[in-house]
Amino acid sequence: MSTSFVLNGKPTTLDADPNMPLLWAVREVVGLPGTKFGCGMALCGACTVHLDGQAVRSCVMPLSAVAGRQVITIEGLQSAAAKAVQAAWIKLQVPQCGYCQSGQVMSATALLEKNPSPTDADIDGAMSGNICRCATYPRIRAAIHAAAQSFKASA
Amino acid sequence: MTRESHASRQPTRRTFLKRAGTATAMALTIGFDWAGPARRAAANVAPSAGAVFAPNAFLRIGIDDSVTVIAKHVEMGQGAYTGIATIVAEELDADWSRVRVESAPADAKRYANLAFGTMQGTGGSSAMANSWTQLREAGGKARAMLLAAAAKNWKVPVVELTVEKGIVYHAGSKRQAPFGSLVRMAASLPVPEKVALKDPRDFKLIGRQASRVDVAAKVDGTAQFTLDVVLPGMLVALLKRPAQFGATVHSFDATAATAISGVVKVVQVPRGVAVIATSFWAAKQGRDALRVEWDDTHAEKRSSAALMDEYRQLADRPALSARKQGDAAQAIHNAAHKVSASYEFPFLAHAPMEPLDAVVKLSADSCEIWAGDQFQTVDQRNAATTAGLDRQQVSIHTLYAGGSFGRRANPGSDYIVEAVSIAKAHGADGTPIKLQWTREDDIHGGLYRPMYYHKLEAGLNDKYELTGWRHVIVGQSIMADTFFAPIMIKEGIDPTSVEGAATIAYAIPNIAVDLSTTKNGVPVLWWRVVGSSHTTFAVEAFIDEVAHAAGADPFMFRRKLLEHEPRMKAVLELAAEKAGWSKGPMPKGKGRGIAVSEAFKTYVAQVAEVSVDETGHVKVDRVVCAVDCGTPINPDIITAQMEGGIGFGLGAVQYGAITLKEGRVEQDNFNSYRVLRMNEMPKVEVYIVPSTLPPTGVGEPGVAPVGPAVANAIFAATGRRIHVLPFPKTGAA
Ligand code: FES
Ligand code: FES
Repeated sequence: MSTSFVLNGKPTTLDADPNMPLLWAVREVVGLPGTKFGCGMALCGACTVHLDGQAVRSCVMPLSAVAGRQVITIEGLQSAAAKAVQAAWIKLQVPQCGYCQSGQVMSATALLEKNPSPTDADIDGAMSGNICRCATYPRIRAAIHAAAQSFKASA
Repeated sequence: MTRESHASRQPTRRTFLKRAGTATAMALTIGFDWAGPARRAAANVAPSAGAVFAPNAFLRIGIDDSVTVIAKHVEMGQGAYTGIATIVAEELDADWSRVRVESAPADAKRYANLAFGTMQGTGGSSAMANSWTQLREAGGKARAMLLAAAAKNWKVPVVELTVEKGIVYHAGSKRQAPFGSLVRMAASLPVPEKVALKDPRDFKLIGRQASRVDVAAKVDGTAQFTLDVVLPGMLVALLKRPAQFGATVHSFDATAATAISGVVKVVQVPRGVAVIATSFWAAKQGRDALRVEWDDTHAEKRSSAALMDEYRQLADRPALSARKQGDAAQAIHNAAHKVSASYEFPFLAHAPMEPLDAVVKLSADSCEIWAGDQFQTVDQRNAATTAGLDRQQVSIHTLYAGGSFGRRANPGSDYIVEAVSIAKAHGADGTPIKLQWTREDDIHGGLYRPMYYHKLEAGLNDKYELTGWRHVIVGQSIMADTFFAPIMIKEGIDPTSVEGAATIAYAIPNIAVDLSTTKNGVPVLWWRVVGSSHTTFAVEAFIDEVAHAAGADPFMFRRKLLEHEPRMKAVLELAAEKAGWSKGPMPKGKGRGIAVSEAFKTYVAQVAEVSVDETGHVKVDRVVCAVDCGTPINPDIITAQMEGGIGFGLGAVQYGAITLKEGRVEQDNFNSYRVLRMNEMPKVEVYIVPSTLPPTGVGEPGVAPVGPAVANAIFAATGRRIHVLPFPKTGAA
């Protein structure tokens, strides 16, 4: 059975089990490995992608649920908010092991796209679903604030 | 620095796959051990690699000026790649933007961890400490050869030359030459036997904020982890393991599993039954459908509560002495004031963000492994034994590890051996197989930080001076029954059970530290900061109780007992000062607590500030951390490791516990094995003690003091002590 959707701006049709989680569809069927597997139960955020602009956990999203919709993975990030987030991540040297960071960047970008001036409470709300076992949390928070600054300046 | 130059340091997917090919394999093999001083530089020995100058096993310089540093340690977040490259680049005077890092192959002859002796591996926060002199010399000798080459070219004395950012200058004749242009000449020169190392005052990279070599690729999703390895024809395997440790396969029915589209084969291996499929999703569905009957004859069937009952009783029975100084029992017997307490620590899972995984390509005469490998020599040996090959036939590609915290370095190489055994059962036909653990596999998978029971007693004289200290530790040994046992366990004492307790730094005239080592079927392992993950809590929570009994300020009380330990005292004072300790007690509902520790020769003190609401809910607001790790190689990475260690340790003391019921682990995933999240992370301030002493590690020591600092802060806020970990679910009340 095939499912058609728009992946990173490209119309895509996958001939795969419609129950297969989107995570494994993008990783193993499409071959985009940036989105990570951490828990498989929407508990850690490592697999976060954007579905019609919303941050969602692709590990629990069946492929069939994205039919006709827009999916963006870390490989397809293009927006000004995303660029600001990634630049701030580098400036503040956020990653340690790095495994959670695709998901962190996706969640942070979705936050900034909706809310260009997030407060600490907004950051807690948007980012507490993304676990970082290396506990890069203080830098993630600082980097989101820094990204918000530069994003606003550029807008 | 541009994004591109960052990105160019990373093995991309394409270069990674190419690495298996001959061109880069060739480059990898031309380095050599420079034990023989008369040897020529490798590029000269191997003229076919003429475009590269590789004077030793740790370094290659190309005609394009690129500097490739070969890292013998795994990068698992701790910053080892950057640290290693910094040391080499410093003595080489390389241009940091042209430095890239490549992981070393498994080869203990060239790449042993000198702290481990003759074994290649990463652990014990030793990467910087053991590499320091070795890599400074590697960089310094290469620099000397490049200088000699320039001097020869220009016919000028070497002493007239200077080097800056990868360019050799001769001021007198206004000539300059980038490293790349000197590579061919340098490669023909002898490797110097000795080289003068820089005066630390001349360091340009060490002690500065050199940017991490791995950050850009970890921000755009291109960093390659084992999860991301794809090889032609590769299959994915999931392994069904027993729910109880020590159970074995009695029988299995693969009918439903093999009916799943994509499932290729179902095979029995020593640790369970593996479903091999064309994709993760097929393997997962296959495993869900697989039916296995287990034989629990030799399984551990007790609950962790029953084990803890046994531990409590053992604490009152005779034990082995790990430290004896004076007569603690007598001193406490004679004391004017007595204090006693016990502390209980649960099993803990490491739960690295990347669930364990390994790719194995096994054929009749070779075994190739891709993994975030932390224990190359051990894994090589265990893989060889499992495969029935010679150790030399096993090669390892060490990739980025998505965290480890000790889990990927285990004496039995569990995940590697599983992967090899599955590849063998599949037919050892050269088909690459990726073994993927799920999070549930990880939480259920054993090799936990052991559960411990600590019992402490102290005696104070009539002037409230501490005269006697008695500490009994009950729990499993990490080293027992491993190949480390004969080397490490002395007179029955596993040092990892008592480090941080037997080594207590406080000046106490009478000290007795005893160990009662238990045995049960739960597999255990070192966990970030190892023994100090529990001993520091016991010592620092208890000394706080003693200080309170003495009516003393907890900081002043500790300080007085550390007069003879200048480095420990200095971090304690620095943390207290920066935290504003002298400002006195905090407002109602808030509290401040302090703790200090030494682990792997790194000294860390932390002051925690907490708020406790009426319901007893604890929020850690701020942690001030002072660290002395000798020469700070990269202050930003040191800061990051302290921040990370604090978050990791905090999650463990607040929530972490693996419990067993009838031998079955009761937690499954991050819902029941809670870890720290963004909204729970305190503000962290890190202060680094300036030093020119040799560097020590920072990956683990930041974890040790945070638990007791927070527990002591909770006491300051509420008057309640914490004796059972993790903290009560309802908070401190
Ligand atoms: S893998 Fe999807 S939330 Fe953890
Ligand atoms: S950087 Fe390691 S889990 Fe977040």
